Amino acid sequence: MDGLETQFDETIAADQRIEPRDWMPEAYRKTLIRQIAQHAHSEIIGMQPEGNWILRAPSLRRKAILLAKVQDEAGHGMYLYAAAETLGVDREELTEKLIESKQKYSSIFNYPTLTYADIGVIGWLVDGAAICNQVPLCRCSYGPYARAMIRICKEESFHQRQGYELLLAMVNGTDAQREMVQESTNRWWWPSLMMFGPPDADSPNTQQSMAWGIKRHTNDELRQRFVDMTVPQAAALGITLPDPGLVWNEERSAHDYTEPDWTEFKAVIAGSGPCNAQRIAHRRRAHESGSWVREAAVAYAEKQAAKQEAAA
Amino acid sequence: MTKKNWPLYEVFVRGKRGLNHVHVGSLHAADDEMALHNARDVYTRRNEGVSIWVVRADHITASSPGEKDPFFAPAGDKVYRHPTFYAIPEDVPHL
Repeated sequence: MDGLETQFDETIAADQRIEPRDWMPEAYRKTLIRQIAQHAHSEIIGMQPEGNWILRAPSLRRKAILLAKVQDEAGHGMYLYAAAETLGVDREELTEKLIESKQKYSSIFNYPTLTYADIGVIGWLVDGAAICNQVPLCRCSYGPYARAMIRICKEESFHQRQGYELLLAMVNGTDAQREMVQESTNRWWWPSLMMFGPPDADSPNTQQSMAWGIKRHTNDELRQRFVDMTVPQAAALGITLPDPGLVWNEERSAHDYTEPDWTEFKAVIAGSGPCNAQRIAHRRRAHESGSWVREAAVAYAEKQAAKQEAAA
Repeated sequence: MTKKNWPLYEVFVRGKRGLNHVHVGSLHAADDEMALHNARDVYTRRNEGVSIWVVRADHITASSPGEKDPFFAPAGDKVYRHPTFYAIPEDVPHL
């Protein structure tokens, strides 16, 4: 083993951070690029299901909140693309890979937002699950990713709370509103559980990622944490989680729960979810119809620079 | 038209008066002014700053990580630059 690799291993063993210009194993760099890009794409694609309700949010207050949240998702995407770029890839290249379906994003965003209650449930369950996943990433061994995650986690807390508050308002409303919240919870519960990825036995990269300090907990550990956290929140809303197998296990001091349908998970990842084609088509359209703006900005910048040079 | 990507800028934010500007991340922009506006939208949506610096990433000169030990070695053996190097009797005040 050469000196560079020893230095890398020692930095990881001492729980110190790897920084952009440090030497790192090629597989470490590749794993990070894949994970950070996938994460960035999720933030950007995640703007679509929620953006769907901005015009139809029921009050100016709710519109302003939703608009701020969707803008945050764009910001999170930007933090993450910036972190990925420190590993020697280009944002433009990552966007191309996304719209050519060569890189993935979280399966959750391939489900449609059918009712306004979905906006509340996404904040509560989807952002709640995202927080469970993301808090440990604030201690990720790669410095720029960890720092981006710290910023993101601070903002996610607003996302989750606005969703829960929205649901509280609805469950304290009419019977129809309560039913809407229950129906939405029924649809989002299983896809939310899938957000933690496949069961540990079926997650071949987990061990290496944990050894590198990229991941701090296994998928199943995080999923369990999410279930235990969510049960009392559902009770406070007076909502039933749609799993008859969900019971407290005294011995484990944790809830037993039913596994989501992993066949469905694999199908959605492979591209057959209800909205995969729509999400990518929309992203591609936005990217392509925005190209003249990007080109015009460059032309303007060049013209201004030439003018300044002539004047100097 | 050949495709030209917007250059990369590094962003530094002063959290409040009395603090240094601190590096917060990077972004792409066509020119300096757009970099400043984008930095405001991306990095200060919640009053995180009172002042922003942006600088083209390719204008930054940095020490090389490969030679970090030799580069910083001159400071390594100069313990006499630290106040704790000097033994002063404990009963002498204000030192």
